[in-house]
Amino acid sequence: MITAGIFNTFKTKKSMDLKNKSLVSISDYSLEEQIGILELAAEFEKNPRQKILEKHVVATLFFEPSTRTRLSFESAATQLSAKVIGFSEAGTSSVSKGETLKDTILTVSNYSDIIVMRHPREGSARYAAEVAPVPVINAGDGAHQHPTQTLLDLYSILKTQGKLDKLNIAFVGDLKYGRTVHSLVEALCQFDTTFHLVSPIDLKLPSYMKIHIKNKNLQYHQYTEMNEVIPKVDILYMTRIQKERFADPIEYERVKDAYILRSPMLANAMDHMKVLHPLPRVNEIDEEVDKSKHAYYFQQAQNGVFVRMALLSSILGVV
Amino acid sequence: MEERKELKVNAIENGTVIDHIPTQSVFQVIHMLNLNECENQILFGTNLESQKYGRKGIIKVSNRFFDPSDVNKIALIAPTATLIEIKNFKVVNKKNVILPDTVKQFVKCVNPNCITNHEKVTQKFNVIDKTEIKLQCLYCEKVTAKDNFTFI
Repeated sequence: MITAGIFNTFKTKKSMDLKNKSLVSISDYSLEEQIGILELAAEFEKNPRQKILEKHVVATLFFEPSTRTRLSFESAATQLSAKVIGFSEAGTSSVSKGETLKDTILTVSNYSDIIVMRHPREGSARYAAEVAPVPVINAGDGAHQHPTQTLLDLYSILKTQGKLDKLNIAFVGDLKYGRTVHSLVEALCQFDTTFHLVSPIDLKLPSYMKIHIKNKNLQYHQYTEMNEVIPKVDILYMTRIQKERFADPIEYERVKDAYILRSPMLANAMDHMKVLHPLPRVNEIDEEVDKSKHAYYFQQAQNGVFVRMALLSSILGVV
Repeated sequence: MEERKELKVNAIENGTVIDHIPTQSVFQVIHMLNLNECENQILFGTNLESQKYGRKGIIKVSNRFFDPSDVNKIALIAPTATLIEIKNFKVVNKKNVILPDTVKQFVKCVNPNCITNHEKVTQKFNVIDKTEIKLQCLYCEKVTAKDNFTFI
């Protein structure tokens, strides 16, 4: 549980005003606003069922399927008594009849107070926020951004480590294509983070991201094996490696087992070390690890609900 | 020498002269300013001698004066260009083009999955590198470099 003292290290404005402020990219919110959301999420965690959004309608427009993010948003809205409308795939909307995104957004804006949108095209969320008269929360736009995942990751790190500063954080797996990794690395560059980047050669973190880390005067170390990293870090952030990302399928077969976390590998981990994963997992974390005190990925998914409660209530201006 | 220059590129009575265009960019500038659809008299030259740049291109458009947003776009492909406005055969205004911080409706975003390549969205970019000329899409945030410019 987060104690109030944790937030005292940040000069947050209790009365931050996010009313009607769309969230498309994590950088749309200042550091104070991001911390303010985490602070509010901690309050919702203590008291999640509140009838504060009963006069509001939340639209969840999912142009491509997503179980976790959509249900997490809908659970957050429902627990705060909002009405939820929307669709869970483009096939069940007028998009299948050829409607443009702009028309869909303008129409749905008439029926709701806020739009949560996932769309396969990059930049679609910024465009939706530009045309919509109501605020928009980006729930993932192609490979571009997924800022609510980033906030829930930050919340999970803060909750388990008691701080966001001066942490050693390892990212393991596909560091080249994963938008979750890119967004979180960018967010962690706001703090004094040391990055440990573990990936196959083909899937290293893009150089522009490494330049970004260097420009912030932070350190990163690159590895191709996970074992030596585990004892050094506070957070082990696992991601899925997809076969189709490899130019050479033989290379995939050669390296795939090196990125599977198994229980014995955690023997030398620090006591407080936690394993995070944006989920869904396929086989990169062995199910045996679920029983370990280090496993935190399911709680991490639960934290998403509190963070989304904080976002919905702040943007709708009820807190 | 002066006489030879006159023969190469005739003077215009009223209009705009775009001088000191990098010679390889002349046709891009013509396309970008939609001059291929312009009914005014237009003269252009490439591979002309230039004391300053070795070789240069020039475009003269009669009875046409460009607005600042067009001028800014020229700077992105022809940063050395000079704009000279002529009235009654006299130079009334001469200025270097200035690289803008942002640009609209100029090139396509390089990212095939960007929303701007699939819906009628006004293309908008931030100019993030004024030396190498790199544009960052305001929507998908991908960077389009000069070599990948596809003009709208």
